[in-house]
Amino acid sequence: MTSLKVYIVSRLLLTIPMIFILLTVVFLIMRILPGNPVLASLGVKATEEDIQRISEQLGLNKPLIQQYVEYIGGILRGDLGNSLIFGRRPVIKEIMDRFPATVELTIGGFIVSIMLGVSLGIFGGLKPYSRRDTFIRIFSIVAYTLFIPLIGLFFQYIFGVILRILPIGGRIDPLLAPERITGLYTIDTLLTLNILGFISAIRYLILPSFTLGLVLSGVYVRLVRSSLIEVMSTDFIRSLRARGVSEDIILYRHALKNALIPLITMMGLQFSLLLAGAVLTETTFSWPGIGTLLMERILYRDFTTVQGIITVYAIFVALISFIVDIIYAYVDPRIRY
Amino acid sequence: MISFINRYGVDAYLVISGIAIISIFLFLAIFADFVSPYDPIDIVGEAVQPPSNKYLMGTDSLGRDVLSRLIHGARTIMGVIAVSTAVSMVIGIPLGLISGYIGGIIDRILSVIMDSIYAFPGLILAIAVAAVLGPGIYNAAFAISVVYIPTYFRMIRGHVLSLKESLFVEAAKAMGATNNRIIFRHILPNTIYIITVIFSLNVSDAVLTEAGLSFLGLSVSSPTPDWGFDLRNGQRYLLSGYWWPVFFPGVAIILLALGFGLLGEGLNTILGGEGVKSR
Repeated sequence: MTSLKVYIVSRLLLTIPMIFILLTVVFLIMRILPGNPVLASLGVKATEEDIQRISEQLGLNKPLIQQYVEYIGGILRGDLGNSLIFGRRPVIKEIMDRFPATVELTIGGFIVSIMLGVSLGIFGGLKPYSRRDTFIRIFSIVAYTLFIPLIGLFFQYIFGVILRILPIGGRIDPLLAPERITGLYTIDTLLTLNILGFISAIRYLILPSFTLGLVLSGVYVRLVRSSLIEVMSTDFIRSLRARGVSEDIILYRHALKNALIPLITMMGLQFSLLLAGAVLTETTFSWPGIGTLLMERILYRDFTTVQGIITVYAIFVALISFIVDIIYAYVDPRIRY
Repeated sequence: MISFINRYGVDAYLVISGIAIISIFLFLAIFADFVSPYDPIDIVGEAVQPPSNKYLMGTDSLGRDVLSRLIHGARTIMGVIAVSTAVSMVIGIPLGLISGYIGGIIDRILSVIMDSIYAFPGLILAIAVAAVLGPGIYNAAFAISVVYIPTYFRMIRGHVLSLKESLFVEAAKAMGATNNRIIFRHILPNTIYIITVIFSLNVSDAVLTEAGLSFLGLSVSSPTPDWGFDLRNGQRYLLSGYWWPVFFPGVAIILLALGFGLLGEGLNTILGGEGVKSR
């Protein structure tokens, strides 16, 4: 076997316990913490019989160990139970309806954050400790503390209320909504050659993506800056300069290639921030993803759906960190040993 | 102070401005009753009055004074953060010390659990805990503390692993000191500076998590003044052009998070020794 395959297998063996522990934590939060979901979902006027009935329905009267085994077993079969409201649809269906919206938003936010991070990081890192570098450093600290709802509302106010050039809520003009293929509107509209729909989807995506991306860009700015400064001071760059290679070629052909490698690990670490930020962004822009679904169902006290969404987040996070590690090992072979 | 600035350059400014911002909010939180012009939950005038001499930051959708709510909101958020940070430290630091020092199977298990929780999006974890516990200030504080236990644990543990090998620990062992004594008398004091840095960076993050929770309606309940909650209430009126009920609490959130962020950032470089520049 090649070293990459060995690495993938060993990393996979680490991901499985991680998912397992996360699911256990989710289970414990949902079952052990004081706060009775049944009582909460029925309200104060619940009768003893109602409580008994719902508890039985949810399996909450069984021993904890058995509940745990059933919970894990359900996940393995792709079954997250049924919603407690709205026709008791399977939770997994409810989530899959909304999941693509979240994926689209996180990809949008991710692209913006990388573009901002790399360009500003290079801008500062090329002239370390200059005035513009100090400015970039301060930006990277400030960006992280920008509170997503405020930035989102600020953008809404400027572009939606004053300039009136961009929509401030929703995913697409309802008249142009494409039929569902992947669930990602930007891709579905292209697949169905719905150009107006595509433009509309992009227009709706701009403000939420910039809100999310701006806040997350700080970490990338800092990373690109410091790693560029480090690479630029190494011997191989000095010898390139000595040979008279132009600064542009040094930067784009040689320095960046090395300076951007740490970015990949950071993408993995930042992913959980991206998801958390997406919840706030979705709420601010009424974006119909799983973040808004989570908040709606908490409001309706739909216990099984809430548990299902948190479970999906846990699995998603573990999988992404696995994938990022593999990409990293692929790009930088030193990691595998 | 001058020599401090000369020695550490930009980082000294970061620390000083961080402390300045935090002190202002701390002052507002402590003396809220004396500084705020009106009662934060009283209706003092007409709804959505723009900022004026009478209402420096205007009034909100119910006619309450935005400035007074901002000042009292400082008290709410600072209280939640203080409680949650204390809880995370009290649980995270000892576990990190013990896990790092003793090692073995306990360390393995604790590390895997903490790493997994650490990987989970903090705000979503807090949302899950707060959703189960129900809204309320203490529940929110507890939900936030759960998020930051792994951060303290991991940092302290990593630091202990390197301290464990140092000569002074060896010496203490040779003199027959007990594990307890070594951990709490010899190792703990040497982690204080790390704790200071994690503390301020963490609090910066916790401010945003608290504001996020209350923006999502999972922290305080009306009419308690709270920045995130007020921001959410103002959102509906923003589209009609009433920016002040949203703008001021939002900026306060960012400033407070920034204050701790700047402090932590500066301290990190200064205490890490990277900040000393040759002049």
